[in-house]
Amino acid sequence: MILLIKIELLKIFRKWRTYIGFFAIGVLVIIIQTALYFTGEGYIKSLTRGFQESFIMVGNLFNGYLVANLVLNGLVIHIPFLIVLVGGDLLASEATAGTYRMLLTRPVSRLKVVSAKFIAGIIYVFLLIVWLAILSLGVSCLLFGTGELISFSGKLIIFSRDDVLWRFAGAYGFSILSMTTVFALSYFFSSLVENAIGPIVATMAVIIIFLILSAIPIDFLKDLSPYFFTTHMVHWASFFNDPVDYKEIIESAIVLFGHILALYCITAYLFIKKDILS
Amino acid sequence: MSDQIIEVRGLTKKFKNIIAVNNLDLNVYRGDVFGFLGPNGAGKSTTIRMLLSLIKPTSGSIKIFGKSLKENREEILRKVGAIVEKPDFYLYLTAYKNLEILGKLSGADTSKNKIMEMLDIVGLSKRANSKVKTYSHGMKQRLGLAQALLHDPELIILDEPSTGLDPQGMKEIRELILYLSKTKNKTIFLSSHILREVELIASRMIIINKGSAQIEGTVEELLNKDKLTVTFELDKIDEAKLIIENSVWKEKLVTSSNRELSFELIHNEIPELNRFFIEKGFSVNSIIPVRSLEDFFLKITESNGK
Repeated sequence: MILLIKIELLKIFRKWRTYIGFFAIGVLVIIIQTALYFTGEGYIKSLTRGFQESFIMVGNLFNGYLVANLVLNGLVIHIPFLIVLVGGDLLASEATAGTYRMLLTRPVSRLKVVSAKFIAGIIYVFLLIVWLAILSLGVSCLLFGTGELISFSGKLIIFSRDDVLWRFAGAYGFSILSMTTVFALSYFFSSLVENAIGPIVATMAVIIIFLILSAIPIDFLKDLSPYFFTTHMVHWASFFNDPVDYKEIIESAIVLFGHILALYCITAYLFIKKDILS
Repeated sequence: MSDQIIEVRGLTKKFKNIIAVNNLDLNVYRGDVFGFLGPNGAGKSTTIRMLLSLIKPTSGSIKIFGKSLKENREEILRKVGAIVEKPDFYLYLTAYKNLEILGKLSGADTSKNKIMEMLDIVGLSKRANSKVKTYSHGMKQRLGLAQALLHDPELIILDEPSTGLDPQGMKEIRELILYLSKTKNKTIFLSSHILREVELIASRMIIINKGSAQIEGTVEELLNKDKLTVTFELDKIDEAKLIIENSVWKEKLVTSSNRELSFELIHNEIPELNRFFIEKGFSVNSIIPVRSLEDFFLKITESNGK
């Protein structure tokens, strides 16, 4: 199994499309950091304008933590686009290229093949989020220093500098779970077709539809919203609430994990039963 | 039989309403070069895919090395090397890396020496580090053979291995197959549309059409059963025509021209007719049997198509 995972990772990281995600995150984070470097103080003023008459703001509020938080807010919604480039390709590309005929005539069970690809895909997701963390948090702290984190999610909260890192760790960890769900969905679609474009488009269509439905202020749709996995994907932000609603985070994590497991099981079942005609 | 390598019974595959393979029986013995013939759409590739567990049969059983493929898939595939249709590889990897990956999955020795030796056998050692996307079809075909042989399998299943090769390449493949069969005692299951190739190297063969077996046996047996079309080139052709018209050979005459007479004969009638012409005072300049496996194959498939 380890050998299979290593081979799948080799295949993933020998394809140029794998690096699109890393490159895109790199470019976006650098642009955001550069923009904030020049306009960051103004941004803080506009963010706290409503409170300046009542409170005196002291300390370093414009710092690496704020930048990392802003990047996380902006990118976590868009990273699925990058995840599906690899997830949608993993199985479908083997069908497109005809390499199933080589791969599946080896003395290795199909369950192991489909599982190894799935695990390799999760490792890709993990590395992409770690890359995001290194660039958005690590590099931002180097560029802008550390300090208190100002967070505005319905109410203004300022976290002291020694109360921040664990929140980021939780947020990045939860993002890995969220993005793995997206990956699992694209992987499932990838098992159904013989062209990588279909799974990429289908996964993004599902995410966009769920996000739109969640955003429409109709009672019926609001009642449905907790059943959409996209609703639970955004709960990484709960780590920046005070107090942290662990119950909500754990419930969402269970829902996402359930989706991942179900999608993996369905994909594995379909893959094992599949006639290789390509 | 203890030395039976492939034993297929009642193999059937249906795709919705289409029957791709219908109640097929196959027997392949150790050391055979088994020719698997049929026109396009006959069910050859579907059968091969079922032998390699790429496709699940609708019904029937497959035993390889005396064991059920369904229950012993991995154990069996460890001893099988195959090319299924055109060999497709990871185009973004080098030939060396492709062989290394596929070899490791088959439990082969993937040391540099072994891989390079295999690439050398198929004439690709100088391009070992080129990405497969830069390879021609013929080169991929050779690489396909290398991956099929790397783990030293007992049974080699080759689906159209000569496709895309030039005449020299085809000859080399033919020689390699004969070498593997005769020297290494490998069993070869060879599907090919180049019937001449099968005729030259197969010891036994089966012809399938519309998913069903039409005829099975040794190549020699099958060829002897059939009639030959034999062309006699003679002097005094008009006189010869008249004599034939008035002889028992009249019914055997198929076509005539101003230089040749063509007859449909069974094998031992050729010297008889030759003697007949000589006794009548004709000079026989040449005798050309034009029957080949291809004619035989076409007759079989056409007659069953009617």
